Amino acid sequence: MIPFYVLAVLLIASAVFTVTQKSPVYSVVGLLANFLVLAALYFTLNAEFLGIIQIVVYSGAILMLFVFVIALLSSGIGPFAEGPNRMPRVAIPAIVTTAIAFGFLAFGISHVPLGVPVPHATTIGPVGNANVFGSVGDFGVALFTVQLLPFEVTAFILMVAVIGVVLLAGDAAPQRTHGSHPKSRLKSADREPIVKAGR
Amino acid sequence: MSVELTNYVTLSAVMFFIGVAGVIVRRNPLIVLMAIELMFNAANLALVAFSRAWVNNAGHIFVFLVVTVAAAEAAIGLAIVVAVFRRAKNVDLDEVAGMHG
Repeated sequence: MIPFYVLAVLLIASAVFTVTQKSPVYSVVGLLANFLVLAALYFTLNAEFLGIIQIVVYSGAILMLFVFVIALLSSGIGPFAEGPNRMPRVAIPAIVTTAIAFGFLAFGISHVPLGVPVPHATTIGPVGNANVFGSVGDFGVALFTVQLLPFEVTAFILMVAVIGVVLLAGDAAPQRTHGSHPKSRLKSADREPIVKAGR
Repeated sequence: MSVELTNYVTLSAVMFFIGVAGVIVRRNPLIVLMAIELMFNAANLALVAFSRAWVNNAGHIFVFLVVTVAAAEAAIGLAIVVAVFRRAKNVDLDEVAGMHG
């Protein structure tokens, strides 16, 4: 019970830190703390595999992506490292609206019988043991037998993301001029345009 | 007295609405994307807690799917940020109004 409240306070504090920082670099650090605390919370909930995934995928991959984009965009340009500083006009109404929406949700939660005790993980089972709830083995058996379709949908989503990223940001060259070169005109005439979107 | 499911769901709701406030208030696209990640993670926390309460690992599979979607979303969102920045040299979401939003 004590670990839950400690982790909850850390989780909310790091989330607030992430959202309120002026510079995106500090936000990344706050988000890193948030993800690590969340991973610890997953371990207390017997979700070993998800705790590790949380660290590897979120802290390792996604946050690195953010850091690289910050580094890429702020090289030589001052304002980006700091970002827009001013408090927007919508801040106060937005926070009030969010608080009201949270009030509705909290009201809903308090009226749903959710008094189910959630046992803490006392002993974490052997890794790979398929009989222990939440272990890597248990998760893997479910992923590759019963839930095979979601797994394949996952692969498809990743493929779509890769193609989208390459289309959006892959070409740093200046705008191509179609038909300016006779050879390229010939080439573009005898094949269907694969992607019509102009870059 | 042990921790009940209500505590986890409330914690998840608090974190989700911190993310919502970040998306609405902040004007830096990177911080907005990070707030979206916070919202994804709040949903994941609720799913894992429900999954633990009713010993059923379907919630874990769902979290796996959400993590994938979050990774794809972060990659595409950051690519859009880079593309917009390359075009407009501007990072204020209020001023990136090429679609008259």
